[in-house]
Amino acid sequence: MNYHQAVYDVPSVFESCDRPKKPKAFDNTVGGLIPENLVRHGLDIPDLPERDVVKHFVNLSQMNFGVDNGLYPLGSCTMKYNPKVCDEIVSWKTVSDLHPLQDPSTIQGALRLMHELEQMLCEIGGVDSVTLQPAAGAHGEYTGIQLVRAYHEANGESRKEIVLPDTSHGTNPASAAMVGYDVLELPSKEGCVDVEAVKSAVSKDTAAFMLTNPNTLGLFEKDVCEIAGIIHDAGALLYYDGANLNAIMGKTSPGKMDFDIVHFNLHKTFATPHGGGGPGAGPVGVKKRLEEFLPVPRIVLKDGKYQLDNDRPKSIGKVRAFFGNYAVLVRAYAYIRLHGGNGLVSVSENAVLNSNYLKTLLKDTFELPYGDLRKHEFVMSGRPLKAKGLKTMDFAKRLLDYGFHAPTVYFPLVVDEAIMIEPTETESKETLDLFADACKKIVAEDPEVLRTAPHNTARSRLNEAKAARDMIFSWRGYEKKMQADAEKARPC
Amino acid sequence: MLQYLKLKSVEELFSDIPASVRTDGLRLPDGLTELELRRELEAMMAVNRTVSQQPTFLGAGVYHHFIPAAVKTIVMRSEFITSYTPYQPEISQGMLQALFEYQSFMTELTGMDAVNCSMYDASTALGEAVLMSYRLSGGKKFLISRAISPEKKLVAQTYARGADIQLTEVGYDPMTGSVDLEDLESKMDPDVSGFYFESPNFFGLIEPGAAEIRNILGAKTMVVGVNPMVLALVKPPADYGADIVVGDAQVFGSSMSLGGPMIGLFGCKMEHVRKMPGRLIGLTVDSDNRRSYCMTLQTREQNIRRGKATSNICSNEALLAVASAAYLSLVGKSGLKDIAAKNIEHAYLLASRIGSLKGFKAPHFKGTHFNEFVVTSEIDPNRIHEELLSNGIHGGFPLGKDFPELKNSVLYATTEMHTKGDHDRLVNALEAVR
Repeated sequence: MNYHQAVYDVPSVFESCDRPKKPKAFDNTVGGLIPENLVRHGLDIPDLPERDVVKHFVNLSQMNFGVDNGLYPLGSCTMKYNPKVCDEIVSWKTVSDLHPLQDPSTIQGALRLMHELEQMLCEIGGVDSVTLQPAAGAHGEYTGIQLVRAYHEANGESRKEIVLPDTSHGTNPASAAMVGYDVLELPSKEGCVDVEAVKSAVSKDTAAFMLTNPNTLGLFEKDVCEIAGIIHDAGALLYYDGANLNAIMGKTSPGKMDFDIVHFNLHKTFATPHGGGGPGAGPVGVKKRLEEFLPVPRIVLKDGKYQLDNDRPKSIGKVRAFFGNYAVLVRAYAYIRLHGGNGLVSVSENAVLNSNYLKTLLKDTFELPYGDLRKHEFVMSGRPLKAKGLKTMDFAKRLLDYGFHAPTVYFPLVVDEAIMIEPTETESKETLDLFADACKKIVAEDPEVLRTAPHNTARSRLNEAKAARDMIFSWRGYEKKMQADAEKARPC
Repeated sequence: MLQYLKLKSVEELFSDIPASVRTDGLRLPDGLTELELRRELEAMMAVNRTVSQQPTFLGAGVYHHFIPAAVKTIVMRSEFITSYTPYQPEISQGMLQALFEYQSFMTELTGMDAVNCSMYDASTALGEAVLMSYRLSGGKKFLISRAISPEKKLVAQTYARGADIQLTEVGYDPMTGSVDLEDLESKMDPDVSGFYFESPNFFGLIEPGAAEIRNILGAKTMVVGVNPMVLALVKPPADYGADIVVGDAQVFGSSMSLGGPMIGLFGCKMEHVRKMPGRLIGLTVDSDNRRSYCMTLQTREQNIRRGKATSNICSNEALLAVASAAYLSLVGKSGLKDIAAKNIEHAYLLASRIGSLKGFKAPHFKGTHFNEFVVTSEIDPNRIHEELLSNGIHGGFPLGKDFPELKNSVLYATTEMHTKGDHDRLVNALEAVR
């Protein structure tokens, strides 16, 4: 173990003392342009030299951990290494300095890139049409379920229910609820969808079935064809959550598995850096019969020119302003072109190989429920830690001390003390070996070391309950609280 | 690794996929080297006309502002850009503090108690606000100002439809472009949960009747759309009692990038915070009692509450929030006020120059505008647009399609990025259109 994160006490920018001694005079009405009754008085933002601001944020960055720092095996998030050329391309003025309402004749390159990206995603997803508008995976789900609703309504049906397995991502039921659907969650059997449960759950009220395949346990839903048959026979649609697409490119496709609607997480599979939480992009692909419902505008190629088609009477309208997260789309396009078809197949092969290799190294250290063969990720149970009075969270926190980001923990809910590991294809065998060694070392350590972990990070274990109690969301909120506390403490 | 797994080929790892759904590779072009990729994309992108190659007077929700070089230095830090949602706060303090500072800047500018650490963009923030208004006040109707961007209106309609909420438009005063208070009053009924208006609105106008609107709404939810840059100069929405504020913080240090990613601003009063969508960063301490930051009130969110969450949002626009915090730290209060003042001065100057041309009226509405204003002309706006384009200038956004009552009107925007020379070129070209 040789990892030590930088530790600073970086004051808030709001408490930095380097404010200018004499603020220059400012006419708040801007020469009378703003009437006195609309004028703002008071704005508490510091004036700092560039030098200090850069130091502030660089020091903060050193108290952060990204893929570039090391292994980030956060299950379901596909934290792979991202080629730097993709970041550079989006900083070109010909990419960044375009306004979304420009005349189409002046953005032909941008429209061409998006049109070609749609076609490449059609091939990868096995679908007929793609919209690039959704801004994230959950937003893609939301869009997809809006399409489900539009499809049934166009058929004069008002189906009320979305069915999904208990291994699904939390976004699935949340997206369905936002489109006005009731959600029926089915218990899994041996980690996979229970076909009998699907049979008895599905009715003429079922609007769609949402499935992630491979699922969040990393298992391929082997009964997918039978499930598709049951869903389609009931007149419902089949929705594919593309969060785990990194496992199957070129081996199968959602379309081939008979899914009607698919979302892609471009930031996962096609390597956009995750930016501390975003931006991402969640394009949605559909089969022919759903194409007419896609959001407007559609990018169409007519007489050698790319144009915007807004004349789509059955469209669900818009789910986001303009074209979507264009800069993310450009990165994904670049990533796909760098790899090419064969390269993407290798991506999936190596992602699955790395996952199975690491799983094999670790399966005796923890418990591995539900069979052996996994796809791009695997979920173990941290139950053996209980004997020492420890939890999965203690193990996760201790991993940080070894310079590895923790896996996803306590998800999916069907596994007790879940540890969800996705190494991705970009990690070397040496890194995986080191990670496995660290895991084994940790479980043999003094339990107290785990319980009080982490020790080598910028902060020791956080009091998260206090944050929820105090509800301080801003520097102003902090100052208010300090003032209130001081008044309380004052003797009467 | 294959040896260790006792496998002959990697294909065996895919043996669980039924043969009937197997595909054989991907029909995509071969991979490129980095150099080949750059060459190809440079050529593809070269046909775009950037806003610096042709002076462009578009705004309508996306603005071309100057970005100090240090913003890029900060957001491109590997530790920031290649991290994800700070699920493990002890090793993610940098991102958490940066996001907390973004929340702090937005809290200061809007005056609201809690601002989350981003939605996708202003349009989806509005969609979420419509849903939150229903959670706060009940009632399956929501009123929405007519003077908002058609893009936002379409997105709001999608979100409303999903929750079976009916959107009803409230008109604007044809003279001032501000909210028609009588129309608002006439549309209030017990089934209305709230009202959305903008300041500045789509026509660039600061709303003068906000206090009256608050009175009319009573206990209903007041949702206000802002361009946060304007708030450097103009009263914040909290001052007139807004319940929810939405907007776009792209104006603070993020490029336009064809409109994406943007950064949805979303803030509310403290009493509403548990009904709020999106991630919130809160202040706390670690076990050594050191000041620390973590995500908080997560029981509102999809990863905990699933179908009962306040929203489905997971990935957001965190990196752009860092850009906003960096930008505002760099320009400071003085810089921000100067930039905002320059925007309003440029707009008034340009409006008066266009307004003095024969056949043009600018600004069309009587009121206080920020960096956008409406121009009405005797000449067909489409003809003007084509003539400007052929002169290497991109005009404003023609309003006729979405606002038939303004069929001869165009929305022009100008920012600190335009020089006097850019204004001269536009004015001369407009004068030459006949």
